[in-house]
Amino acid sequence: MSNYRIQGATGEWEVVIGLEVHAQVVSNSKLFSGAATAFGAEPNTQVSLVDAAMPGMLPVPNMECIRQAVRTGLAINAEINRWSRFDRKNYFYADLPQGYQISQLYHPLVGEGEILIDADEKAGIMEAKRIGVERIHVEQDAGKLMHDQHPTMSYVDLNRCGVALMEIVSRPDMRSPAEAGAYVRKLRALLRYVGSCDGNMEEGSMRADVNVSVRRPGEEFGTRTETKNVNSVRFVMATIEHEANRQVDVLEAGGKIVQETRLFDPDSGTTRSMRSKEDAHDYRYFPDPDLLPLELTEEFVEACRFSLPELPDAKRARYVELLGISQYNADVLTAEVETARWFEKVLDAGAEAKQAANWVMSDLFGALNRLGKTIIESPVSPEQAAELLALVADGTLSGTLSKQVFEIMLETGDHPGKIVEERGLKQTSDTGAIEAVIAEILAKNPGQLEQYRSGKEALFGFFVGQTMKAMAGKANPQVVNELLKKALAN
Amino acid sequence: MTHITDLGVAAIRDGFRAGHFSAREVADAFNANVAAAGALNAFIVETPDHAIAAAEQADRDRAEGNLKPLSGVPIGMKDLFATKGVQTTAASHILEGFTPQYESTVSAKLWGAGAGMLGKLNLDQFAMGSSNETSYFGNVISPWRRPGDSAPLAPGGSSGGSSAAIAARLCPAATGTDTGGSIRQPAAFTGISGIKPTYGRCSRWGIVAFASSLDQAGPMANDVRDCAIMLENMAGFDPKDSTSLDLAVPNWEALLSGDLTGKKIGIPKEYRVDGMPAEIDALWEQGIQWLKDAGAEIVNVSLPHTKYALAAYYIVAPAEASSNLARYDGVRYGLRELPDGAGLQDMYAATRAAGFGAEVKRRIMIGTYVLSAGFYDAYYTQAQKVRTLIARDFDLAFQQCDLLLTPTAPSAAFALGEKSADPLAMYLNDVFTVPTSLAGLPAMSVPAGLDAQGLPLGLQIIGRALDEQGVLNAGLAIEERAGFTARAGKWW
Amino acid sequence: MSVDHATVRKIASLARIAVSDAEVEAMVPELNAILGFVEQLGEVDTSSVQPMTAVIPNTLRLREDVVSDGNIRDAVLANAPAPEHGFFGVPKVIE
Repeated sequence: MSNYRIQGATGEWEVVIGLEVHAQVVSNSKLFSGAATAFGAEPNTQVSLVDAAMPGMLPVPNMECIRQAVRTGLAINAEINRWSRFDRKNYFYADLPQGYQISQLYHPLVGEGEILIDADEKAGIMEAKRIGVERIHVEQDAGKLMHDQHPTMSYVDLNRCGVALMEIVSRPDMRSPAEAGAYVRKLRALLRYVGSCDGNMEEGSMRADVNVSVRRPGEEFGTRTETKNVNSVRFVMATIEHEANRQVDVLEAGGKIVQETRLFDPDSGTTRSMRSKEDAHDYRYFPDPDLLPLELTEEFVEACRFSLPELPDAKRARYVELLGISQYNADVLTAEVETARWFEKVLDAGAEAKQAANWVMSDLFGALNRLGKTIIESPVSPEQAAELLALVADGTLSGTLSKQVFEIMLETGDHPGKIVEERGLKQTSDTGAIEAVIAEILAKNPGQLEQYRSGKEALFGFFVGQTMKAMAGKANPQVVNELLKKALAN
Repeated sequence: MTHITDLGVAAIRDGFRAGHFSAREVADAFNANVAAAGALNAFIVETPDHAIAAAEQADRDRAEGNLKPLSGVPIGMKDLFATKGVQTTAASHILEGFTPQYESTVSAKLWGAGAGMLGKLNLDQFAMGSSNETSYFGNVISPWRRPGDSAPLAPGGSSGGSSAAIAARLCPAATGTDTGGSIRQPAAFTGISGIKPTYGRCSRWGIVAFASSLDQAGPMANDVRDCAIMLENMAGFDPKDSTSLDLAVPNWEALLSGDLTGKKIGIPKEYRVDGMPAEIDALWEQGIQWLKDAGAEIVNVSLPHTKYALAAYYIVAPAEASSNLARYDGVRYGLRELPDGAGLQDMYAATRAAGFGAEVKRRIMIGTYVLSAGFYDAYYTQAQKVRTLIARDFDLAFQQCDLLLTPTAPSAAFALGEKSADPLAMYLNDVFTVPTSLAGLPAMSVPAGLDAQGLPLGLQIIGRALDEQGVLNAGLAIEERAGFTARAGKWW
Repeated sequence: MSVDHATVRKIASLARIAVSDAEVEAMVPELNAILGFVEQLGEVDTSSVQPMTAVIPNTLRLREDVVSDGNIRDAVLANAPAPEHGFFGVPKVIE
């Protein structure tokens, strides 16, 4: 449970949060038309006559969008409704050519599910918590208005109009900004694992409507406000923080909270009312008569289930229990699908799990951090990484040498084997060569040799260092140790 | 020799194939009739060049032995079908000047079958009306008149341009659309035939939508055979319409037969409404005798929820229309009214106020109201439940019979202006046609006789879903026995 | 249920149709006559009836996810009252 409380002048307040996340479905074409969905095209080039709502145009649903929503539902253990319907939400706006949005109100595709957020004591989340998901439905995105191109006109671009969205509606189960942040992060990670949404909040492919209310702990829910289109985890948390405090101030001053739509201003970190006079929003929902009920077969749902990848919670458990990876490493390696995918490719290429996990966590992440790159931009491929780890495991490279080779890999993109070969960085275990060097070192340092033999054993390190230096770091340290011990004992 | 324009679709097709005339001669003859019939106001746009181009192509095709099903046949196109490069208005001001960059599926099929277009036919605005008095482009005048009376009569609606043009021999056939009777009632008013097929037979893609769950295209023509030929070339699965039926198109024409031996015809008692003229009752009785004569057995059936059909229709259709017509907002096409200093929402309100006629506004208002918060269940949901009951009535009746016979309309054509002041009285015209629309069933009107004033009356045959053949065959049986040859005297 | 002047104005506003006082005056009795007529549906016992969903039994087909449309900006803008540099122009919207 969260112990997040707002300390008001009159006592403590609890925050109640529900989120409606709009996630753009990954698909080639739109929900009801064959126009493309790619981001950033020239205005109105990805628009069909259907999207422009020309007279007599009709919607035909895209199977992939339905499939992705079902897969997402299955990933959060939700019921999949075998019978659902599309409804029209009627309102007038320039970015909505039909004069209605095709959505699902009465019979959504996906019913009750849940998302597990992890304990994070630093963030005040004392234990793992299940956040209920009320429903997921599929709907059309709207177009885009541009206001700064002309002194008296706004410009309408319909490229985004009709792109499929999943609206993922949580229960009002969150009690702190941190919980809401963890929920959005976990949801985004899940969507990316499933592959149903790229989770790119900057490009707007995922955005949240944030419902916030406050109450005295244990009392009934208060009146909520809805802050629309918040497009980062940080902003979601800032919205809640600000909105909750604003509501407490209003209530403590004897005011009332108005159920309204608000807008988050990232510059000031505050929210403001969007329309002072809400035109008594009456969307006149009714079943879209252009579309029949959507009936899913058992085979379709099973095929969706079968196509799901291993999801983060299961993967993490497997890493810990079967691969022996530490809990912390498993948390980090499974948090994002790209990381897990990269890591598992290293394993597929033959690396040992714990060794690989440690290497990814320290060497790879260190390097990527330094270079400002994400794991998918890594200059070193998982296969190359596995090769590097193999060279360490079979004694070809020492720890030091492997770091050196890795640096060269990052710069050149070459395979470690090639680097070792070309630059002669191979570690030697050739006892003859090492013995010869040792003999030379002992001969050159009679004083130290005598001190050692008379009991100053700490000098062993000095001989190791000298030997390694003479061999340019390429000697197998274990072999050096053994041979040195033997030579010093003589 | 009869004049070419007296011929129907089958006769033109066959005469053209036999070399009795060229397609160009046919097109020229009908173009001339169209050009001379301005007084009927049946067309919003005349497209003689389109008809001629198709005719010349047909003549070339014939020379190459490459005949298509409708080669040589020019037709009229209701101005509710989007036609590429030709203004499409739905008889509204809001779409005046709108030139689609696409062709409706049904019209594309007809052109693909070799037909040519004589023009875009007038209609009630957005197909809302039963008399063709709601068109922005003026009333269509029926070619029929009461004897010794020049008062203009209604050609029926909404496909009134289609019915008037066929009855006046301006085209041998035309497309219509039927939402609550818009093919059948105008056909009955003008002494022609028209069939509304099963919902989903004809693609709705490219047809300006009125009420999506009811709208269905169908042909109007001089006789049953011509309707069958036209329907074969209009129907068919269309992946662009989610409600389109994925079924092969039957050979309706080839299987036409007026022999009804073994068929049971149901007579629904609820269609005997109060105040129905005795002559319509008599005609209905006559129809029963004709069908008996054709070998059918007559059974009495009951459709108990018939009396609620109009009420359900006048909730469902306006509700769907209020949403379907939201797209006419002055942003992307059509009329834009932008008063000085108007914002976006003001522009919408001004554009729609100027662009829609009174009847369209009335229905949008009703539809908006019945869907609004607090009323949705009482009106819309209840109407859709009653619709289920109406469809169930038909299902039960069709356990006892194969087809139903009823009058098409409760009266013959009325004079323009006679009912336009009272919307509700106008709506009552659709009392016999609306139940079938609500149930999505095929139904047709065939001319069966004249009333005391010499105006045509029609009988309606209703069939099971997908049984257009049964409907056409019963229509043919009546046609063969009614011997309806009356024509409107030419006054225009 | 019946509508008064205020309700008619509210519906007209929802439907985005500008109405004059005279039009409202005329619409009130017209709409009430129609609403009065449809009221009779209330008599029907529909407690065990499902609302109609598909008029002819048919299932919703789903299409394959291929890009088969678009790249027709000229056609999309061909009838626009105020095309502007590839956009539709509308009176400036202030949010």
